[in-house]
Amino acid sequence: MASIATSRIKPKHQRLVLLVVALVVLVAAGLLAAWALRNQASYFYVPSEMQADPPEPGRAVRLGGMVEEGSLKTQADGVTIAFVVGDGDARIPVRFSGIVPSLFVEGSGVVAEGRLGPDGTFLADNLLAKHDENYVPRELQEMSEHQTERVVAAPQ
Amino acid sequence: MHGFANPARFLRIARWLTPVLLFGGIAITAVALLWGLFRVPPDRLMGETVRILFVHVPAAWLGMGGWMTIAVASLVELVWRHPLAGIAARAAAVPGAAFTAICLLTGSIWARPTWGTWWVWDGRLTSFLVLLFLYFGYIALSDAAQRDSGSSRVAAIFGLVGAVNIPIINRSVVWWNSLHQPPSITMGKSAIDAAFLWPLLAATLGFSMIFGAIILLRMRALLADIQADARLRRKAMRGTSGMEAQA
Repeated sequence: MASIATSRIKPKHQRLVLLVVALVVLVAAGLLAAWALRNQASYFYVPSEMQADPPEPGRAVRLGGMVEEGSLKTQADGVTIAFVVGDGDARIPVRFSGIVPSLFVEGSGVVAEGRLGPDGTFLADNLLAKHDENYVPRELQEMSEHQTERVVAAPQ
Repeated sequence: MHGFANPARFLRIARWLTPVLLFGGIAITAVALLWGLFRVPPDRLMGETVRILFVHVPAAWLGMGGWMTIAVASLVELVWRHPLAGIAARAAAVPGAAFTAICLLTGSIWARPTWGTWWVWDGRLTSFLVLLFLYFGYIALSDAAQRDSGSSRVAAIFGLVGAVNIPIINRSVVWWNSLHQPPSITMGKSAIDAAFLWPLLAATLGFSMIFGAIILLRMRALLADIQADARLRRKAMRGTSGMEAQA
């Protein structure tokens, strides 16, 4: 019956249509599955997610966000640092003692591995620096800072 | 389309195109990498580590491009039964896997000083490792099909199905929070400064030409293998009235 219905269609066109339909369905299924994994497959929580739905105390989680400018402080013992990780909506204080990666600076991204303490402070066991998508040479960076200083200083 | 169905015509073009792509690619890559090593200024945060970019990013693009080559060639093989398509797909598998491995290795070397770790299981890194394993699977499958002189259709279907991973790799840094940075180059916009972008594009062109030359070389080798096999079979057939050919 199918052969009668498709007798006028060339076999290679039939194969093409069949394969394209199969591919579209397959890719859609793959993308849907990946999209459904949105929350499970994320590498870290951002501060607003962690505050809206705090993980149970002691459970190992990752917290990711931006290190707030001016929040980085070294404690009296000299190896423990405290800083605030924010995502624009929420802020979570973080404490960490150990060696930080060289790209860890205020105003850049960080992923902290550890657990949320009972007082709402995140106790990190390990810090990973997150690089953003911008690649800028040092000379240009300095130049733009000078320019910013000039622009900021001008209205005062 | 079937103009190239005759391998003789393909071989005529491949014979002069291979050295052009190979030596042109090597020259462009050498210039781009030397430029990247000695002429490019250090990055504001990463410093000298930024130079890995000129190998890592082209390798990533070609690792994915290699699988797209397999997928398109597999489609042509399945739909049009084009005799060269299956050979092209098989030829792209090993260099594609090599570039995928280079991408993973250089990325790991870059990650240690930048992120502070060799490896993390985030969306981008995991999906790219899956790509490498897909290549291994494809190579094993197409080799087995070739050895048993069976149909290469199973390998072609695998090549098409595996293409699902490519958009997932591409979107992994957008859908999921990941340690890997989001794409720097999107539709007509680049967050990479021109000082880094031009050597990167030059290196990509050079590596792509080398990639094309390797595919052509491998296709010629595979065609020569098939021809040699056929000739041996004919000789055996004449010599022992078909007894050896059956065995």
